[in-house]
Amino acid sequence: MKFRSLTLPTIAALATALIGCKPGGGDTIKVGEFASITGKEATFGISSHEGTVLAIEGLNAKGGVLGKKLELLTEDDQTKAGEPANAVNKLISKDGVIAILGEVASSRSLEAAPICQQEKIPMISPSSTNPTVTQVGDYIFRVCFTDTFQGAALANFATGTLKANRIAILTDVKSDYSKGLAKNFKQKLSSNGGKVAVELDYNGGEKDFKNQLTTIKADSPDAIFLPGYYNDVALICIQVKQLGMNIPIFGGDGWESDSLITVGKEAVEGTYFSTHCSPEEGTPEMVAFVASYKKRFNGKTPDAMAVLGYDSAMVLADSIKRAGTTESVALRAAIASTKDFAGAGGKFSINANRGADKPLVFIQIKGGKFTYKATVNP
Amino acid sequence: MDWLFQQTINGLGLGAIYALIALGYTMVYGVLRFINFAHSDVLMLGAFSAYYIAPKIEKSCGNQSVLGCIMVFVVVAAICACIGMTIERLAYRPLRNRPKLTVLITAIGVSLLIEYTAQNERVIGATQLPFPQLLPEKALQFGKIVISSNDVLTICVTIVLLIVMWFIVQKTRIGTAMRAVSFNQQAALLMGVPVNRIISFTFGLGSALAAIAGILYAMKSPSIEPLMGVQPGLKAFIAAVLGGIGNLPGAVLGGVLLGMLDAFAGGIPGLSSYRDAIAFGILILILLFKPAGLLGRSTIEKV
Amino acid sequence: MPLPGAKRWLILGIALAVLASYFSAQFNRYYLGVAIDVGIAIILATSLNLINGHTGQFSLGHAGFMAVGGYFSAWVSLHIGETVNAFWYFPLALMAGGLLAAFVGLLVGVPSLRLRGDYLAIVTLGFGEIIRVFAQNTEAIGAASGLKGIPKLTNLGWTFGFAAVTIYAISALVNSTYGRAFIAVHDDEIAAESNGIDATRTKVIAFVTGAFFSGIAGGLYAHHKQFLSPTGFDWVKSIDIVVMVILGGMGRTVGVVVAAILLTLMPEFLREFSEYRMIVYSLLIILLMLWRPAGLFSLIPQRRKAR
Repeated sequence: MKFRSLTLPTIAALATALIGCKPGGGDTIKVGEFASITGKEATFGISSHEGTVLAIEGLNAKGGVLGKKLELLTEDDQTKAGEPANAVNKLISKDGVIAILGEVASSRSLEAAPICQQEKIPMISPSSTNPTVTQVGDYIFRVCFTDTFQGAALANFATGTLKANRIAILTDVKSDYSKGLAKNFKQKLSSNGGKVAVELDYNGGEKDFKNQLTTIKADSPDAIFLPGYYNDVALICIQVKQLGMNIPIFGGDGWESDSLITVGKEAVEGTYFSTHCSPEEGTPEMVAFVASYKKRFNGKTPDAMAVLGYDSAMVLADSIKRAGTTESVALRAAIASTKDFAGAGGKFSINANRGADKPLVFIQIKGGKFTYKATVNP
Repeated sequence: MDWLFQQTINGLGLGAIYALIALGYTMVYGVLRFINFAHSDVLMLGAFSAYYIAPKIEKSCGNQSVLGCIMVFVVVAAICACIGMTIERLAYRPLRNRPKLTVLITAIGVSLLIEYTAQNERVIGATQLPFPQLLPEKALQFGKIVISSNDVLTICVTIVLLIVMWFIVQKTRIGTAMRAVSFNQQAALLMGVPVNRIISFTFGLGSALAAIAGILYAMKSPSIEPLMGVQPGLKAFIAAVLGGIGNLPGAVLGGVLLGMLDAFAGGIPGLSSYRDAIAFGILILILLFKPAGLLGRSTIEKV
Repeated sequence: MPLPGAKRWLILGIALAVLASYFSAQFNRYYLGVAIDVGIAIILATSLNLINGHTGQFSLGHAGFMAVGGYFSAWVSLHIGETVNAFWYFPLALMAGGLLAAFVGLLVGVPSLRLRGDYLAIVTLGFGEIIRVFAQNTEAIGAASGLKGIPKLTNLGWTFGFAAVTIYAISALVNSTYGRAFIAVHDDEIAAESNGIDATRTKVIAFVTGAFFSGIAGGLYAHHKQFLSPTGFDWVKSIDIVVMVILGGMGRTVGVVVAAILLTLMPEFLREFSEYRMIVYSLLIILLMLWRPAGLFSLIPQRRKAR
């Protein structure tokens, strides 16, 4: 009797596979987005998603693109490996989207990228900074700089501005972003003549870092580099102060969020980080974006993820306009030839590596505020 | 030498939290013989209840006052005790006579339900929130060694609660009933022990412990989010098994041991990325030589 | 040629799977992907069912073996295999992954299977996590950023072919004279031992077999998703598989297969609910457990007379 079960899977497979059919074109342009709306990295996913939503709503209010409204289809990947593939497959094959926007984390973008490449659907990642993402193929783009550029800029900042030569590094071992940024940082640091004093790891989401910090303290480095996300960074800064250390702390774009200050309070005072843009730069696009974001999301201040989420959608819309069609080959070419695009996060062009040539800004936290410090051009 | 002392203190501070959570796991395991996966989520709910209630209490008792802090602990423990008892009543009691694995899956379901509901934008949302300071925090300096007043508080609370729990289980009437239920549910029922009420009480007690652990954890690292209970929950679960599950002093011993392990492995460059693997590796080694945990008594099965 | 019933079903299953894969190019890629997910889930759940269900050893480290198989077979096809002759080397890569997983299963099983119940659960969970931590720290397999560029070789034929083989092999093993030992150990270890069954040996065999098939599933998964990241193999994944086994009814092959199908499809169907999807999913697990506590296909009627 038990062996009846052998037919079950095959029938199920056939049944599920056969229901599928190609959806026809409607009177809207369908844009797919996959993001981590729930799960461990939900905060980034939500920020980015809100930026994208704002962009699409803004475009539709102005009559859409090519006379059609844009329809944003969002799939949640729960911050879980294995999910992005299903989400993107669904968006492309079932919903028939013309392009994919996502993801914040490089590891999840890397899971979706081969699918988009094989299906020849352009994918624009708002903020996956790992260089390998766009190496998957010519349909994969990003609207942010890479860790190679950011890591080098941070190393120059450490040896140049901070005059720190012995640097302690505390990385998030679970995060490819953190590991990648640390790697690029170390390469540039050693060529600048600096030295890694001590390198330790933590698991993202942990709340107690005193073990690692005690070792760092015993080593008395000139500065601490934290290539992690703000939720961990805020707690690390608090515990650095608790252990009585008073050395400069700095990090990358994963830091940028209001909750770094609301949680970290005085402990994050005086720390530095590099990021994509600063509201203080005051480009008209930025000012307009910040105002409309605050209006749409109950006074919430946008972070870098939101800006990049917004820009990813705007670049797509701009490319559709220039291509005059949503057909994938033409659209891909249009995205690739994006030049001097005035995004909310600054003017940029898409380069030969399908990334964005963008300046990077340094921010210092002063008086409980992100204050603009310097700009580094690529 | 300073490094060694400082790490020991870090380990104790962390271990005390693990121990407190493990106490809750072990209490429930003692009477029901199943691992309550939702325990770590009750801990999270405890921290969030404190987050919402603390400002109201501080309004009447004064900012960062000792009285206010105690009030927060008591109120939140009571709320979470109710939550724990409700979960037991709705999700676990209908499965009382079923295999323990069935209850385990339900527990996983409850855990997921709480986590995903809390993460929903309309409930709490996934963003981390800053936890208010309930007591003024001081750093005690001994030469180069720094001890945070929160760690001292956590360690004291854990010791006190261990003694209280031990007293309840060993010396009171209801404790005798708990042990009877743990020993043989059917026989206890026949002897007139109100089994359902005892189990409910145990759940309440365990959840109150989780709530207290949650507040202490949030005081130690003042940022709270819906998934904050998962990591310490897993560690505490290991601690409870390590000490011999169902054994109160064992849970505390396991917790402290695990905290120490975390501290020392985490503080050594090169080893820190293997920290979890080392913690598990040592756990496995201990269990291979002491299959019932450090303080657990190995039961001899009768045929 | 007269074939016993079981083998007939096996051959029919494989034939259907091969036939289906012949047409798979015309199928919608999303449904195809989900169908392959279902097949992989079936292999995982059936193989865990041998350990948890038939033999009664509560293991929480199944994702670890899946990781071993997945990473190793992906490594093999990235370093040794040639895509030209994919048809021949793919099964070899899968086998390599399965065998390594089985070997790791042996290493884990021999010492830890002396433990019982929750202690075994925690030790297997620990091993699973250790495997994940090592994957996270090994540069050769991509460390934290994951292993990418794995060729897309998994198709319906291979997946359901292996699913059929797994179900057949495990059912045949359990139904053999030899395999009765599993059930004996499950029912009462001491009684089994006094009847001359080497309980530890039996448990190890169940463990190694389960690990082997889970390694195969890992290999299929790797060549299906084309990308592996260590965080995908943490203990939460193991729990997912355990839920399938228990929901299907421990030791009931049909039930476990159906539960694997259901639990893989459910989140996909629930996509409509977007942000409420996982809330509904967890509620459904609780309600299913409350309504059908002995598994979906419990033969014992629900209604019981008052005792």
